[in-house]
Amino acid sequence: MKRILVGIKRVVDYNVRIRVKPDGSGVLTEGVKMSVNPFDEIALEEALRIKERGAAEEVIVLTVGPADCQTQLRTCLAMGADRALHVQSDTALEPLVTARVLRALIEREQPFLVLLGKQAIDDDNGQTGQMLAALWDRPQATFASKLDIADGKARVTREIDAGLETLEVDLPAVVTVDLRLNEPRYVKLPDIMKAKKKPLETLTLESLGVVARAQLKTLHFEPPAQRHKGVRVKDAAELVAALKQKGLL
Amino acid sequence: MSHNILIVAEHDGSTLSLATAKCVACAATVPGAHITIAVCAADAAAVAAQAAALAGVERVLTVEHPLHAHPLAAAIAPQIAALAGPYSHVFGPSSTFGKDLMPRVAALLDTAQVSDIMAVESATRFRRPIYAGNAIITVEVLEGAKVVGTVRTASYQAAGTGGHAAIEAAAPGVEPPAHTRFVSVSTAGGDRPDLQTAAKVVSGGRALGSAESFQILYRLAAKLGAAVGASRAAVDAGYAPNELQVGQTGKIIAPELYIAIGISGAIQHLTGIKDARTIVAINKDPEAPIFEVADIALVGDLFEIVPQIEQLIG
Ligand SMILES: Cc1cc2nc3c(=O)[nH]c(=O)nc-3n(C[C@H](O)[C@H](O)[C@H](O)COP(=O)(O)OP(=O)(O)OC[C@H]3O[C@@H](n4cnc5c(N)ncnc54)[C@H](O)[C@@H]3O)c2cc1C
Repeated sequence: MKRILVGIKRVVDYNVRIRVKPDGSGVLTEGVKMSVNPFDEIALEEALRIKERGAAEEVIVLTVGPADCQTQLRTCLAMGADRALHVQSDTALEPLVTARVLRALIEREQPFLVLLGKQAIDDDNGQTGQMLAALWDRPQATFASKLDIADGKARVTREIDAGLETLEVDLPAVVTVDLRLNEPRYVKLPDIMKAKKKPLETLTLESLGVVARAQLKTLHFEPPAQRHKGVRVKDAAELVAALKQKGLL
Repeated sequence: MSHNILIVAEHDGSTLSLATAKCVACAATVPGAHITIAVCAADAAAVAAQAAALAGVERVLTVEHPLHAHPLAAAIAPQIAALAGPYSHVFGPSSTFGKDLMPRVAALLDTAQVSDIMAVESATRFRRPIYAGNAIITVEVLEGAKVVGTVRTASYQAAGTGGHAAIEAAAPGVEPPAHTRFVSVSTAGGDRPDLQTAAKVVSGGRALGSAESFQILYRLAAKLGAAVGASRAAVDAGYAPNELQVGQTGKIIAPELYIAIGISGAIQHLTGIKDARTIVAINKDPEAPIFEVADIALVGDLFEIVPQIEQLIG
């Protein structure tokens, strides 16, 4: 069966204003809205479109995290994923460990394509896809804004600092997606009902032979430096004068 | 204690990127740093010479292979991993080149990565932003692990020149994989100042309304000797090419002057300009969040104000 594996992460919604706890032990997440990482939603949308074009037969969505993540997996099933895998972990895992989980599930599911977001908007690490590609010894195409699949190859346009780069990679491969690849569909109510009946399998790290090794320790959280309050000018002339005064013109 | 640090050079085949000089500046703040730069290229001579001239660099290693004519992470990562043995730290820039490459290197070395290093506290302790810059964390790399990191280039001034490092050809003995092939690259840029290194940036948002209207920003930028930037909304709408996007998922920049025109100031945008020396905002909505970070704020219609500024500066 031609499968696509899509990795998703449950994160604080992008509209939430993040606040650091006064004691510096973390950020406040109690009671805030949680969502599927926006990049991962785009990865899933792309997988669904590939399937709808007939180039894939099954879309599997997977996440690693605490029990609450199942809400986001259900959202993905409602979007159209065929089944979901939930690898349980109550502690936050480092990207290398998440990559090992993905690697183990690739062994089991044999996808021809793994789609992930280019970064998660909580840790902003941007590592998992590239690490997975290294562990799997397969091609990677990061920051994709266009993806074409044909003849066992993928042609990927990537958003890079210089502009747009196109790569051709042999499949299977890992592709991480950027924001302009597509616009994810909205979930409709009947789909949410249908999603309740779709298979959601729960797995443990042990069953996959993955150890939750930690190589990094976060010692402290703090808010970013605040900028000083500025001045208001009333028109273009005052603006130009203010810039001249600062030596910027 | 001394620390051997390997930096992966970013270049276009002929010119070493300024981002590499910024990595050198970051690496130099690691106590007891001895800095080596690795240049993977089809023909490394010109880039290696520039790397050797950076102040603080002791050694330059070159790895030449036809597959390194373009910066393919899958081809470069195994070379760097093979060279990494004697080094306690391996750094690359937090540009799309480094973001693509370094995690692949880290995984080959079976080690974690510290992304977007903005400050070095000790050889194993670093500060980095998370949540689009809304929190800063201090992370410790645990005993014994190699430190693989990307350097948030906006946090560093480029290292100067005047160095005379030895250049050596390295032979890691790795045959890069052929499963990943470069097809093409396209740049809309032309010969305008580079957004990432320009001292002044004029940036436009959704309010510009069209690619034609965006031209008024190019004109203003030309008069100011500034680079042009854009919000995501402006790029999504096709008013500006993707390489002009500033923000969490675009470029993180630190110009002397940033002029935000018709940009609301979403957190994802603001994270890209936090290190700008002076931020000017022009927006017709007095409540726009961009004004919370602006040093100079002007409430009004950009289509009136921008031509007036242009006239005033002549
Ligand atoms: C995961 C994720 C990542 C993102 N990454 C980025 C990123 O890297 N960079 C980025 O920029 N955004 C990013 N965004 C998008 C961001 O949230 C905002 O949607 C975007 O920045 C808005 O762009 P804007 O300010 O141009 O548009 P708007 O928010 O629509 O603002 C337009 C502004 O123009 C003003 N205006 C309108 N007409 C005029 C006029 N005639 N004269 C003067 N002012 C006028 C309005 O008052 C308004 O404030 C990201 C979003 C997500 C979810």
